Amino acid sequence: MSQPKTIVEKIWDQHVVHEEEGKPNLLYIDLHLIHEVTSPQAFEGLRMSGRKVRRPDRTFATMDHNVPTIHRNVIKDAVSKKQMETLEANCEEFGVRLADINHPDQGIVHVIGPELGLTQPGKTIVCGDSHTSTHGAFGALAFGIGTSEVEHVLATQSLWQSRPKTLQIKVDGLLGTGVTAKDLILAIIGKYGVRFGTGYVIEYTGEAVRNLSMEERMTVCNMSIEAGARAGLISPDATTVDYLKGKRYVPEGEAFDEVAEEWLALASDEGAEYDQTLSIHADEIEPQVTWGTNPAQCVPVGGRVPDPKEADNDRDGIERAIEYMGLEPNQSIESIPVEHVFIGSCTNSRLSDLRKAAEIVRGGRVHEGVRALVVPGSKSVKDAAEAEGLDTIFITAGFEWREAGCSMCLAMNDDIVPPGERCASTSNRNFEGRQGNGARTHLVSPEMAAAAALEGHFVDVRKYAITVGG
Amino acid sequence: MEPIKQHKGLVYPLDRENVDTDQIIPKQFLKRIERQGFGQFLFYNWRFYDDGTPREDFSLNDSKYDGASILVGGENFGCGSSREHAPWAIQDYGFRVVIAPSFADIFYNNCFKNGILPIQLPKTVVDQLMEKASKEKYEVEVDLERQVIFDGSDIEVFFDIQSYHKEMLLNGWDEIAVTLTYEDKIDQYEKQNKGVKTLGIS
Repeated sequence: MSQPKTIVEKIWDQHVVHEEEGKPNLLYIDLHLIHEVTSPQAFEGLRMSGRKVRRPDRTFATMDHNVPTIHRNVIKDAVSKKQMETLEANCEEFGVRLADINHPDQGIVHVIGPELGLTQPGKTIVCGDSHTSTHGAFGALAFGIGTSEVEHVLATQSLWQSRPKTLQIKVDGLLGTGVTAKDLILAIIGKYGVRFGTGYVIEYTGEAVRNLSMEERMTVCNMSIEAGARAGLISPDATTVDYLKGKRYVPEGEAFDEVAEEWLALASDEGAEYDQTLSIHADEIEPQVTWGTNPAQCVPVGGRVPDPKEADNDRDGIERAIEYMGLEPNQSIESIPVEHVFIGSCTNSRLSDLRKAAEIVRGGRVHEGVRALVVPGSKSVKDAAEAEGLDTIFITAGFEWREAGCSMCLAMNDDIVPPGERCASTSNRNFEGRQGNGARTHLVSPEMAAAAALEGHFVDVRKYAITVGG
Repeated sequence: MEPIKQHKGLVYPLDRENVDTDQIIPKQFLKRIERQGFGQFLFYNWRFYDDGTPREDFSLNDSKYDGASILVGGENFGCGSSREHAPWAIQDYGFRVVIAPSFADIFYNNCFKNGILPIQLPKTVVDQLMEKASKEKYEVEVDLERQVIFDGSDIEVFFDIQSYHKEMLLNGWDEIAVTLTYEDKIDQYEKQNKGVKTLGIS
């Protein structure tokens, strides 16, 4: 029998176009996703050098970062408008298919790839966006690239890449009631830090990971980059195959059965070796809340803001984070009041996220002084949520129900947290100024965000789990 | 791309860990469709008050660092978003070399495409550079061909760099032009690989 291989090695070996001593490999790219913010300079580069898009059929564009989530066709910001018009003109000129702001397929690029079935196991997928790691949930090798690389892929459908090291994160046991995929990935980053994944592709394995739905797996893989890893993936299994069956860009009938078999064969072999393995026990994980300005600065909801005096390292960094966040050392997490709640982003804006948040919200009322926003990840998530009445639950409780886009995750449109104000957010980055200049972000799961909206401060969502029956 | 072989310049120390690309270039400046002109927005929220006046408590505003072209940062420099606007801003401001104990992968790669040399050095060396540069005007020289950085007194260290990256900077290559010399290989790959059938888009 041949040497056991990891899924990363299998995908890599299938995609090497050219190999030579002392050079990175030239790697073939199966799917290139494009959005309005990181592509204009790439298309301009092509134009200036008289180059074409090599494979428009492997390229798919949408508008997500800048788009208004209210008054859809009134883009007040002239620069945003220009950026969207530029994408439209570029796609037209180079023959790239585009789901523009009014298209039924429009949505956050990492939400629509999977829901259209463009994202498939074994593919190499790139996008000028660091959260491209999301697509790894399907057992694809997916990673974010810069604009020069966007141009390179447009022109050549390939990239020079060094073979990555592999890092297995084994999650044994099962997540408890009220503990989510978001808590799992935050707990992993909280335990190992924001740079342990640098230079690696992470493969998430173990019982807890096998038990996650596809949408939960996307949440986990999405935040691989917050651990420093350009890509994070999960070997395909029956859950993956079931999810993809019937999706628009996936083969049908016998052809599907054939391809499904190929997908399943990509899973890491028994006995395959990783460069490094880390482990964590799912049953020890509690709902997480970030208190600081990077995703590793998180604690269980019953915990407290740390005291820099007791920190082993980076005291200055911790002090600066606490000051920026307007908190006190040793302050209890549950005592922190919130003024904004954002349920959305490529981490947590899929139908199951909205369903779980709605379960908490049902019959409740957004706390006085809290502004709460739900921004579905795509037009199709929005339609599906409305078909089952989730919009009514949110609106009745006092939430705003918006159109699809990246929205308040990075506040490039009008959905901004004002300076000094605090937001419980289901997004992926609590960096300084991320949700608005001077804004203070606390990352949480959709359930935790929903509960914070109702109570005006962080609470342990597990108390709701009892009333809603888990 | 402008090649870089040797570079001598003033060092600016930014003694912070995990400097993310949201800090290097905040999102409100990502809407431009050009590659140039981002230097004025570098570290914007750290450099300026809301009304646009410079913050005296941010070191880059110290006249001692006027004309600095070598940026020394902490661990995990350039983490977060893949935005190439970050190296564009660094380059446009006037930096040609960035030194740190560790870099985020995407940022590190983006540097090479823009004629910026990122140098990873042991933390002890970075701390030394940081200390010297925070006290007085401090210049160092970088020789990419020999892979050495030195200050003419007590620091002379070798640094590691992949030969591919080194060649790219030394020659100021257009990477796409290089890749297109392998176009027949890409054609061949596409012909041989049946992967196409699983793609769906056609």
